[in-house]
Amino acid sequence: MTPITPAHYMVLSAALFIIGVIGVLVRRNIIVIFMSIELMLNAVNINLVAFARDWQHRVGPDHVIGQVFAVFVIVVAAAEAAVGLGIILAFYRNKETVNIDEMNLMKW
Amino acid sequence: MAEALAFYSLAAFILGFAVLVITARNTVHSVLFLVVNFLFVAALYVVLHAEFLAVIQVLVYAGGIVVLYLFVVMLVNLKRPPEAHQDPRRRSRLGLVVSGIVLAQLVAIAAFSATQAAGGPAPVEASVPVAGNVELVGWQLYTTYLVPFEVASMLLLAAMIGAIILAKREL
Repeated sequence: MTPITPAHYMVLSAALFIIGVIGVLVRRNIIVIFMSIELMLNAVNINLVAFARDWQHRVGPDHVIGQVFAVFVIVVAAAEAAVGLGIILAFYRNKETVNIDEMNLMKW
Repeated sequence: MAEALAFYSLAAFILGFAVLVITARNTVHSVLFLVVNFLFVAALYVVLHAEFLAVIQVLVYAGGIVVLYLFVVMLVNLKRPPEAHQDPRRRSRLGLVVSGIVLAQLVAIAAFSATQAAGGPAPVEASVPVAGNVELVGWQLYTTYLVPFEVASMLLLAAMIGAIILAKREL
Protein backbone atom coordinates (compact mmCIF):
# COMPACT_ATOMS: atom_id res chain seq x y z
CA MET A 1 0.00 0.00 0.00
CA THR A 2 1.38 3.42 -0.92
CA PRO A 3 1.91 5.90 1.92
CA ILE A 4 -0.87 8.41 2.50
CA THR A 5 0.05 11.81 1.04
CA PRO A 6 -1.84 15.12 1.10
CA ALA A 7 -3.07 14.21 -2.41
CA HIS A 8 -5.08 11.34 -0.89
CA TYR A 9 -6.75 13.76 1.50
CA MET A 10 -7.35 16.18 -1.36
CA VAL A 11 -9.19 13.49 -3.33
CA LEU A 12 -11.29 12.56 -0.27
CA SER A 13 -12.01 16.24 0.34
CA ALA A 14 -12.94 16.81 -3.31
CA ALA A 15 -15.30 13.83 -3.28
CA LEU A 16 -16.99 15.01 -0.07
CA PHE A 17 -17.27 18.53 -1.49
CA ILE A 18 -18.85 17.18 -4.69
CA ILE A 19 -21.39 15.21 -2.67
CA GLY A 20 -22.29 18.49 -0.98
CA VAL A 21 -22.57 20.27 -4.35
CA ILE A 22 -24.86 17.51 -5.64
CA GLY A 23 -27.02 17.87 -2.54
CA VAL A 24 -27.34 21.64 -3.04
CA LEU A 25 -28.12 21.34 -6.76
CA VAL A 26 -30.45 18.33 -6.74
CA ARG A 27 -32.45 18.36 -3.49
CA ARG A 28 -35.44 20.66 -2.95
CA ASN A 29 -35.72 20.53 0.85
CA ILE A 30 -33.91 23.62 2.15
CA ILE A 31 -32.89 21.86 5.38
CA VAL A 32 -31.12 19.14 3.38
CA ILE A 33 -29.47 21.88 1.31
CA PHE A 34 -28.14 23.44 4.52
CA MET A 35 -26.79 20.06 5.61
CA SER A 36 -25.05 19.73 2.23
CA ILE A 37 -23.38 23.10 2.88
CA GLU A 38 -22.13 21.73 6.20
CA LEU A 39 -20.69 18.73 4.31
CA MET A 40 -18.83 21.12 1.99
CA LEU A 41 -17.42 23.09 4.94
CA ASN A 42 -16.22 19.78 6.44
CA ALA A 43 -14.50 18.90 3.16
CA VAL A 44 -12.60 22.21 3.33
CA ASN A 45 -11.63 21.49 6.94
CA ILE A 46 -10.23 18.07 6.01
CA ASN A 47 -8.05 19.77 3.39
CA LEU A 48 -6.81 22.39 5.87
CA VAL A 49 -5.96 19.81 8.55
CA ALA A 50 -4.24 17.49 6.03
CA PHE A 51 -2.01 20.32 4.84
CA ALA A 52 -1.33 21.37 8.43
CA ARG A 53 -0.06 17.81 9.01
CA ASP A 54 2.11 18.03 5.88
CA TRP A 55 3.46 21.40 7.07
CA GLN A 56 4.31 19.92 10.45
CA HIS A 57 6.26 17.12 8.74
CA ARG A 58 8.20 19.52 6.51
CA VAL A 59 8.75 22.68 8.54
CA GLY A 60 8.42 21.89 12.20
CA PRO A 61 6.04 20.48 14.77
CA ASP A 62 4.79 23.91 15.88
CA HIS A 63 3.28 24.88 12.51
CA VAL A 64 -0.43 24.24 13.06
CA ILE A 65 -1.78 27.23 11.11
CA GLY A 66 -4.10 25.02 9.04
CA GLN A 67 -5.75 23.77 12.22
CA VAL A 68 -6.21 27.37 13.42
CA PHE A 69 -7.92 28.16 10.11
CA ALA A 70 -10.16 25.12 10.54
CA VAL A 71 -11.22 26.47 13.96
CA PHE A 72 -12.30 29.70 12.26
CA VAL A 73 -14.19 27.73 9.60
CA ILE A 74 -16.08 25.90 12.38
CA VAL A 75 -16.93 29.27 14.00
CA VAL A 76 -18.34 30.61 10.73
CA ALA A 77 -20.24 27.35 10.14
CA ALA A 78 -21.87 27.61 13.58
CA ALA A 79 -22.89 31.24 12.94
CA GLU A 80 -24.20 30.33 9.48
CA ALA A 81 -26.25 27.42 10.83
CA ALA A 82 -27.82 29.53 13.58
CA VAL A 83 -28.83 32.44 11.32
CA GLY A 84 -29.80 30.21 8.39
CA LEU A 85 -32.06 28.01 10.46
CA GLY A 86 -33.62 31.14 11.97
CA ILE A 87 -34.41 32.34 8.45
CA ILE A 88 -35.91 28.92 7.60
CA LEU A 89 -38.16 29.09 10.69
CA ALA A 90 -39.29 32.64 9.88
CA PHE A 91 -40.01 31.66 6.28
CA TYR A 92 -41.87 28.51 7.30
CA ARG A 93 -44.09 30.57 9.59
CA ASN A 94 -45.15 32.72 6.64
CA LYS A 95 -45.38 30.24 3.76
CA GLU A 96 -45.77 26.79 5.44
CA THR A 97 -43.16 25.24 3.16
CA VAL A 98 -39.46 24.35 3.05
CA ASN A 99 -39.47 23.65 -0.69
CA ILE A 100 -37.05 25.98 -2.47
CA ASP A 101 -39.11 25.80 -5.68
CA GLU A 102 -41.93 27.58 -3.81
CA MET A 103 -39.62 30.27 -2.39
CA ASN A 104 -40.18 32.71 -5.25
CA LEU A 105 -41.63 35.75 -3.47
CA MET A 106 -38.90 38.01 -4.85
CA LYS A 107 -38.91 36.48 -8.32
CA TRP A 108 -39.88 38.99 -10.97
CA MET B 1 0.52 1.01 6.88
CA ALA B 2 -1.69 1.65 9.89
CA GLU B 3 -2.35 5.19 8.65
CA ALA B 4 -3.30 3.88 5.20
CA LEU B 5 -5.70 1.37 6.70
CA ALA B 6 -7.28 4.03 8.94
CA PHE B 7 -7.48 6.52 6.07
CA TYR B 8 -9.18 4.18 3.60
CA SER B 9 -11.72 2.81 6.07
CA LEU B 10 -12.56 6.28 7.47
CA ALA B 11 -12.79 7.75 3.96
CA ALA B 12 -15.21 5.00 2.93
CA PHE B 13 -17.41 5.68 5.97
CA ILE B 14 -17.28 9.48 5.50
CA LEU B 15 -18.27 9.32 1.82
CA GLY B 16 -20.88 6.61 2.40
CA PHE B 17 -22.67 8.53 5.13
CA ALA B 18 -22.40 11.77 3.12
CA VAL B 19 -24.21 10.04 0.25
CA LEU B 20 -26.84 8.79 2.71
CA VAL B 21 -27.33 12.36 4.02
CA ILE B 22 -28.28 13.72 0.61
CA THR B 23 -30.27 10.68 -0.56
CA ALA B 24 -32.40 9.93 2.54
CA ARG B 25 -36.09 10.63 1.95
CA ASN B 26 -36.80 11.38 5.61
CA THR B 27 -35.13 14.61 6.81
CA VAL B 28 -34.69 13.27 10.36
CA HIS B 29 -32.75 10.32 8.96
CA SER B 30 -30.60 12.80 7.01
CA VAL B 31 -29.74 14.64 10.23
CA LEU B 32 -28.82 11.40 12.02
CA PHE B 33 -26.59 10.30 9.13
CA LEU B 34 -24.97 13.75 9.34
CA VAL B 35 -24.07 13.12 13.00
CA VAL B 36 -22.34 9.84 12.10
CA ASN B 37 -20.55 11.56 9.21
CA PHE B 38 -19.23 14.29 11.55
CA LEU B 39 -18.04 11.67 14.06
CA PHE B 40 -16.04 9.87 11.35
CA VAL B 41 -14.53 13.20 10.26
CA ALA B 42 -13.50 13.73 13.90
CA ALA B 43 -11.81 10.30 13.82
CA LEU B 44 -9.96 11.39 10.66
CA TYR B 45 -8.72 14.48 12.57
CA VAL B 46 -7.29 12.16 15.24
CA VAL B 47 -5.46 10.23 12.49
CA LEU B 48 -4.05 13.58 11.33
CA HIS B 49 -2.86 14.40 14.89
CA ALA B 50 -5.32 17.31 15.25
CA GLU B 51 -6.74 16.21 18.59
CA PHE B 52 -8.07 19.65 19.56
CA LEU B 53 -10.04 19.93 16.32
CA ALA B 54 -11.41 16.41 16.78
CA VAL B 55 -12.82 17.39 20.20
CA ILE B 56 -14.21 20.65 18.78
CA GLN B 57 -15.77 18.73 15.90
CA VAL B 58 -17.61 16.40 18.28
CA LEU B 59 -18.66 19.20 20.67
CA VAL B 60 -19.66 21.92 18.20
CA TYR B 61 -20.77 19.98 15.12
CA ALA B 62 -22.12 16.68 16.39
CA GLY B 63 -23.27 18.15 19.70
CA GLY B 64 -24.40 21.67 18.86
CA ILE B 65 -25.15 22.32 15.20
CA VAL B 66 -26.82 18.97 14.55
CA VAL B 67 -29.10 19.36 17.58
CA LEU B 68 -30.10 22.75 16.15
CA TYR B 69 -30.94 21.02 12.85
CA LEU B 70 -32.99 18.38 14.64
CA PHE B 71 -34.99 21.07 16.46
CA VAL B 72 -35.74 22.90 13.21
CA VAL B 73 -36.69 19.66 11.40
CA MET B 74 -39.13 18.84 14.16
CA LEU B 75 -40.49 22.42 14.35
CA VAL B 76 -41.29 22.51 10.64
CA ASN B 77 -43.70 19.61 10.82
CA LEU B 78 -44.20 18.75 7.16
CA LYS B 79 -47.61 17.58 6.09
CA ARG B 80 -46.35 16.81 2.59
CA PRO B 81 -42.73 16.10 1.66
CA PRO B 82 -41.09 18.91 -0.32
CA GLU B 83 -39.98 16.49 -3.02
CA ALA B 84 -43.61 15.85 -3.97
CA HIS B 85 -43.87 19.24 -5.65
CA GLN B 86 -41.96 19.00 -8.94
CA ASP B 87 -40.97 22.13 -10.77
CA PRO B 88 -41.04 21.19 -14.48
CA ARG B 89 -38.35 23.75 -15.30
CA ARG B 90 -35.92 22.33 -12.71
CA ARG B 91 -33.00 20.47 -14.28
CA SER B 92 -31.67 18.03 -11.70
CA ARG B 93 -29.73 16.06 -14.32
CA LEU B 94 -27.91 19.24 -15.39
CA GLY B 95 -26.93 19.73 -11.74
CA LEU B 96 -25.47 16.22 -11.63
CA VAL B 97 -23.51 16.83 -14.85
CA VAL B 98 -22.10 20.13 -13.54
CA SER B 99 -21.09 18.43 -10.26
CA GLY B 100 -19.31 15.71 -12.25
CA ILE B 101 -17.35 18.31 -14.21
CA VAL B 102 -16.25 20.04 -11.00
CA LEU B 103 -15.22 16.66 -9.52
CA ALA B 104 -13.10 15.89 -12.60
CA GLN B 105 -11.40 19.29 -12.25
CA LEU B 106 -10.63 18.79 -8.55
CA VAL B 107 -9.24 15.27 -9.13
CA ALA B 108 -7.11 16.58 -12.01
CA ILE B 109 -5.69 19.30 -9.75
CA ALA B 110 -4.92 16.74 -7.03
CA ALA B 111 -3.27 14.33 -9.49
CA PHE B 112 -1.22 17.15 -11.02
CA SER B 113 0.00 18.45 -7.66
CA ALA B 114 0.93 14.90 -6.60
CA THR B 115 3.32 14.65 -9.57
CA GLN B 116 5.05 17.95 -8.73
CA ALA B 117 8.29 17.83 -6.77
CA ALA B 118 7.78 18.46 -3.08
CA GLY B 119 9.26 21.91 -2.50
CA GLY B 120 8.15 23.94 0.46
CA PRO B 121 10.09 25.95 2.98
CA ALA B 122 13.16 24.76 4.78
CA PRO B 123 12.74 23.28 8.27
CA VAL B 124 13.14 25.78 11.08
CA GLU B 125 13.76 25.44 14.78
CA ALA B 126 10.74 25.36 17.05
CA SER B 127 10.00 28.95 18.06
CA VAL B 128 7.13 28.27 20.44
CA PRO B 129 7.82 27.30 24.06
CA VAL B 130 5.04 24.70 24.16
CA ALA B 131 4.43 21.20 22.80
CA GLY B 132 1.24 19.19 22.31
CA ASN B 133 -1.58 19.93 19.90
CA VAL B 134 -3.94 21.87 22.16
CA GLU B 135 -1.15 24.11 23.47
CA LEU B 136 0.11 24.78 19.95
CA VAL B 137 -3.32 25.73 18.59
CA GLY B 138 -4.00 27.87 21.65
CA TRP B 139 -0.64 29.60 21.33
CA GLN B 140 -1.29 30.47 17.69
CA LEU B 141 -4.84 31.63 18.45
CA TYR B 142 -3.78 33.95 21.26
CA THR B 143 -0.63 35.39 19.67
CA THR B 144 -0.52 35.49 15.85
CA TYR B 145 -4.27 35.24 15.32
CA LEU B 146 -5.48 37.26 18.31
CA VAL B 147 -7.38 39.87 16.25
CA PRO B 148 -9.20 37.31 14.03
CA PHE B 149 -10.02 35.39 17.21
CA GLU B 150 -11.71 38.44 18.75
CA VAL B 151 -13.49 39.20 15.46
CA ALA B 152 -14.78 35.60 15.47
CA SER B 153 -16.22 36.14 18.95
CA MET B 154 -17.99 39.29 17.67
CA LEU B 155 -19.33 37.26 14.73
CA LEU B 156 -20.73 34.66 17.10
CA LEU B 157 -22.37 37.37 19.21
CA ALA B 158 -23.95 38.95 16.13
CA ALA B 159 -25.15 35.54 14.89
CA MET B 160 -26.65 34.78 18.31
CA ILE B 161 -28.60 38.05 18.39
CA GLY B 162 -29.62 37.62 14.76
CA ALA B 163 -30.90 34.09 15.32
CA ILE B 164 -32.96 35.22 18.33
CA ILE B 165 -34.46 38.15 16.39
CA LEU B 166 -35.28 35.95 13.38
CA ALA B 167 -36.83 33.13 15.38
CA LYS B 168 -38.97 35.34 17.63
CA ARG B 169 -42.64 35.24 16.79
CA GLU B 170 -43.20 38.98 17.14
CA LEU B 171 -40.80 41.77 17.95
